[in-house]
Amino acid sequence: MRIRNMLAAAAAAALLAGTAHGADMTGITDTTIKIGNTNPYSGPASVYSVIGKTISAYFKMVNDMGGIQGRQIDFISLDDGYSPPRTVEQVRKLVEQEQVAFLFQTLGTPTNSAIHRYVNAKKVPHLFVATGASKWGQPDKFPWTMGFQPTYDVEGETYAKYVLENVEDPKIAILFQNDDYGKDYRDGFLHGLGDKADELVVSMLPYEVTDPTVDSQVLKMKESGANVFFNITIPKFAAQAIRKSCEIEWKPVHLLNNVSSSVGATLSPAGLDCSKGLITAQYIKDPVDPQWQDDAGFKEWVGFMEKHMPGSDLTDANYAYGYNVSRLLHIMLDGCEDLSREGIMACAANLKDIELPLLLPGILVNTAPDDFYPVQAVQLSRFDGNGWVLFGGIFDSGK
Amino acid sequence: MDRPNPVTPRLLAGFGAAVLFAAVVPHLVSDFTSFQFTQAMAYGIALLGLNILTGYNGQFSIGHSAFYAVGAYTAAILLYHFEWNHYATLPVAALAAFAVGFLFGLPALRLEGLYLALATFAFAVATPQLLKFDALEHWTGGVQGLFVPKPEPLIEGLSADQSLYYVTLAVMVFLMAVAWCLLHSRSGRAIMAIRDNPIAASTMGINTALYKTTTFGISAMYTGVAGALSVFVTEFVAPDAFNFFLAVNLLVGSVVGGIVSIPGVIFGGLFLVFVPNFAQDISRAYPFVPPPWAIFGIFLILAMYFVPFGVWGAVERGFAWWKRKSAAGR
Repeated sequence: MRIRNMLAAAAAAALLAGTAHGADMTGITDTTIKIGNTNPYSGPASVYSVIGKTISAYFKMVNDMGGIQGRQIDFISLDDGYSPPRTVEQVRKLVEQEQVAFLFQTLGTPTNSAIHRYVNAKKVPHLFVATGASKWGQPDKFPWTMGFQPTYDVEGETYAKYVLENVEDPKIAILFQNDDYGKDYRDGFLHGLGDKADELVVSMLPYEVTDPTVDSQVLKMKESGANVFFNITIPKFAAQAIRKSCEIEWKPVHLLNNVSSSVGATLSPAGLDCSKGLITAQYIKDPVDPQWQDDAGFKEWVGFMEKHMPGSDLTDANYAYGYNVSRLLHIMLDGCEDLSREGIMACAANLKDIELPLLLPGILVNTAPDDFYPVQAVQLSRFDGNGWVLFGGIFDSGK
Repeated sequence: MDRPNPVTPRLLAGFGAAVLFAAVVPHLVSDFTSFQFTQAMAYGIALLGLNILTGYNGQFSIGHSAFYAVGAYTAAILLYHFEWNHYATLPVAALAAFAVGFLFGLPALRLEGLYLALATFAFAVATPQLLKFDALEHWTGGVQGLFVPKPEPLIEGLSADQSLYYVTLAVMVFLMAVAWCLLHSRSGRAIMAIRDNPIAASTMGINTALYKTTTFGISAMYTGVAGALSVFVTEFVAPDAFNFFLAVNLLVGSVVGGIVSIPGVIFGGLFLVFVPNFAQDISRAYPFVPPPWAIFGIFLILAMYFVPFGVWGAVERGFAWWKRKSAAGR
């Protein structure tokens, strides 16, 4: 009798489990949501590890306030040292051993490339990856992977559009870092120039990240007679290029990639006078920009930093980035009824006009089943000697 | 002690038992763990190459990541651009790495000790950038790397991970046997004589130049095969995977396992795969312990302190001690 009861109960339980839409609920319990992440806590790219730390701190705060939909967030962030084989190993560990519900903000272009196919074969949501490459938004080929920030080529296209519309008889010089980041920017820019690119670009010079200076490139570009300078460099070299062009009195329309737009890290060392007139594209509120001091979203972030990550360097924009993207996930999960893997992916692909505390006013997060680029708008701004002044409208690539 | 282990019935029995044990492992553990063991064996094969060169021939290399990359990219390019069969790429990867290693060995002849180490270091540092080089980008995929699918299971009923485990195990056992035969031959004695006393060796009529370059080539070949297998395991190659850190890691694995040994490479490979993970797990579980790489460092120092001749060196010394003891007791 008892055995029969147990059998009946077991059958009923099995039936119930089966009818719970038969969906993949891995990593979700009534009390927890397990989320996986890889970050370079060691190795050459470890400067980015503050993003992983910020996300951990954010969800710790969320847990202290009662979690999401009554569930605690178990955020597991592993070190991959920015090495693709390590990423494969760590992500397999997260998916197969830790049984996470989904992956969030795995960082780096080569590292995410290494797991791109694996996560799609396993049908594990791979959300808001931390890289500016353009290949993360292909829902038809990779329906489980989604990007986050505006891609480098979108930014490059924005500058191209600006040049074509505002500069008379442009002759363009391009300085770029010889790697994926530099080439993505360059190619987006050339694409934006269209058929005329070959005529318009009079000088295109690479540098290696190991070079001591880019002075000789700047001299050559001046000699080429260019009146537009697209500066695709990381902060150290950006400062050198700004300084050098100032010294030799070369005054082109100077387009500086967003990567180096930090006033503290680039413009101050280069000299604020020399930096006057620089143009960049932004999508995030620059933490050192005084115009945001009284902005509600910015103050929210500063409050979070002071309470949950005391002693951190508030001029490091990576903290702001980490906070913003954590917020996006928080909002998405809060409004997500179906927490199966399919459900999570559907929620991620149906975000409508989400505001984030540190996105520029007017830039909203939008996704659709055929649009896997959450943030795809930037706005140009010009340096006036003190801070960046936004101008023109928001440029939405509308991918 | 600095000679390869002589073949004794006991050694053969131990070897057979180890292979049998290794053969059942994938049926006892998860696919993920099999995958980790496969990685460890691939490292082990690379370490075997390094042991032949550094342990037995006395030539230093901190550039074996470059040969690893040569093997990996040879396999990846054949798979990606020419759609070869996975296993057919292995001998080609071996040959390519041998050729590069042999050629590198020629100028290396003029360099000894630290200077050779520096030259190999330069090679290791240059490799990731060469792979990103524009002219080669069409073949190497540049910074974005190349995707290659995992080989299909050889036998029905096995998962892809289990199948690859067996292939890697078979390759490793074969290459260990080859290394053992090589080191026990006339050539093997010549290789070790050059390490022990190069002048005496050449007086005895050994062509040291030829032996040194060939050893360099063979060492590179082993490491290249390991690189090709690593591509099957991770299904992806990118230049950032072959940085200097890998070169140092290989040297660490070699020394930890026992640089003058053949079976030691298994322990070296296991060390390289499992200790960083273990360190990270500890670091995550207990907030008061130091960060993972500091823990890794502590493990490394402990290993150097307690097993100064590597894990296999300790095993051998343990055996010798036990033999002496049982002989004295008789």
